[in-house]
Amino acid sequence: MSTSSETVTAPAAPAPETTRGTRLVLRSAALGRPDAPVLDDVDLEVAPGEILTVVGPSGCGKSTLLRTLAGLLPPLGGTVEVDGGPLTGPSADRALVFQEDALLPWRTLRGNVELPLAIRGVPRAERRSRAASWLARVGLTAQAGQLPHRVSGGQRQRAQLARALADSPRAVLMDEPFGALDAQTRSGMQDLLVEVLRGTGATVVFVTHDVDEALFLGDRVALIGSGRRVSAVREVPRPRDRAAFDAPARVALRRAVLTSLGS
Amino acid sequence: MTRQPLSRYALRVASLAAALGLWQLLTSLDVDLWLRFSQFPTVTDVAHAFAERLSGDDYWTDLTDSLTRILTGFALAAVLGVATGVLVARSRLAEDLLGPVLEVVRPIPAIALVPVAILLFPSNEQGIVFITCTAAFFPVLVSTRHAVRALTPVWEEAVRTMGGGRFRILGSVVLPGALPGIFGGLSVGIGVSWICVISAEMISGQYGVGYRTWQDYTVVDYPGVFVGMVTIGVLGWITSTAVELLGRRLTHWLPRSSYVPAGRTRTPRPLATPSRPDGEPQKQAQSEQQGQNDPEEARDEHLV
Repeated sequence: MSTSSETVTAPAAPAPETTRGTRLVLRSAALGRPDAPVLDDVDLEVAPGEILTVVGPSGCGKSTLLRTLAGLLPPLGGTVEVDGGPLTGPSADRALVFQEDALLPWRTLRGNVELPLAIRGVPRAERRSRAASWLARVGLTAQAGQLPHRVSGGQRQRAQLARALADSPRAVLMDEPFGALDAQTRSGMQDLLVEVLRGTGATVVFVTHDVDEALFLGDRVALIGSGRRVSAVREVPRPRDRAAFDAPARVALRRAVLTSLGS
Repeated sequence: MTRQPLSRYALRVASLAAALGLWQLLTSLDVDLWLRFSQFPTVTDVAHAFAERLSGDDYWTDLTDSLTRILTGFALAAVLGVATGVLVARSRLAEDLLGPVLEVVRPIPAIALVPVAILLFPSNEQGIVFITCTAAFFPVLVSTRHAVRALTPVWEEAVRTMGGGRFRILGSVVLPGALPGIFGGLSVGIGVSWICVISAEMISGQYGVGYRTWQDYTVVDYPGVFVGMVTIGVLGWITSTAVELLGRRLTHWLPRSSYVPAGRTRTPRPLATPSRPDGEPQKQAQSEQQGQNDPEEARDEHLV
């Protein structure tokens, strides 16, 4: 279960539509709970179909940013826009993958993956087949009938990934989804993520405190320092290419990111 | 490692038999040591009276009457208790509106509501069901409220980000997630229901196990009183077992702890020879692995 690329054969991906993903824009937004504001004056634009990673130390407000984009937390000030309109609340268009185990423990992995489809009102037979194909893509066909507590942490996160993508959302928001996994499983999951995202055209906002993970996955990296604001957004050269790890441009960026995070 | 289910059942039967044996011994010998057993009917007296009752019609009428009352009252209490508990836990308005009333009514023992029942309801029958229902209502309400408040917030957030609305959250998260706690309340509730249905029958019933037991007492038919008590005990046991089994079935998804209460290992103690430190760790690892497989099996055996 370490590397999933050999078990996963991506079915013929539909041609990526450039308009498929959501555009997310924050303008001088203040984020947090009313009694505990976390981020001030956030200006951030996420282009349709891009993968933006957000990196910063623990407790800097990365999760708050993601919850706001998901619509779970209304902004305290400024504006948050989705495709030009104001963000009003949670929507099936923006799936959230949680850091903690957010699978419903009384549903099997299959039942969990079917849930967003059931909410959307997809007929049972189609639900079954779509859930089965997603479980196959994340390499969980054998565990489809298991309850979440009977499988490993990595398998639970894969199921969460399948659940998030099952209803073809236009944006996927990921909150340190691999934070609790060991290094081996984690890099396998990163490859898997790249694999399953290919062709979905979805916008991805991926939050992590791991700089290497952020540089591997992201088209761009947003930095949140200790100053309670987004300090910089950097383009990543050759994203999602493991061979580029030692490339001079990447190394320089990595050093710059680490410096600006103050570590 | 652990005792086999068969021997556990044997032990349970033996425990009941020992209690009966002690009773027979104390009463047939007319033991009078401060506690006076001389007036007590013996087990055989009770058994004879029981056999007689079983062949009559009245016993079965009593039985079905009592069961109908308790099941109706309990079912109403379950539905109302869960509904009110969820409402109070999920809505601040409901909490402010209903909370004070519920908290004031809660300490009143259901059986003290007999006058209220007599005033409110046209027939005794409805009064008894009302009292039974009130008795079970509060344990169900309180445990539902706690269970709903203790739900992991991330489950609800997950369903909301899938576009689920209020009712979807209620059906897919709140009710299933609160089920273990709700069943705790139902188990307590069925016990309290029996206390109240029997008491209410003793006060105001026509037919019913409680009514019959009290009748036997007033005509000094002590074996009959004991037949009533045994009947109540057995019925109570069966109904609470049914609730318990249903609860386990519906909450089978709960990760059961791998700790087995009776798990006293019977592996022979290794001879205390620290002379071979090389062979020991391997053996230990092996037995540990067995210990890991064991709970898997223990999980599936359901003894009540």
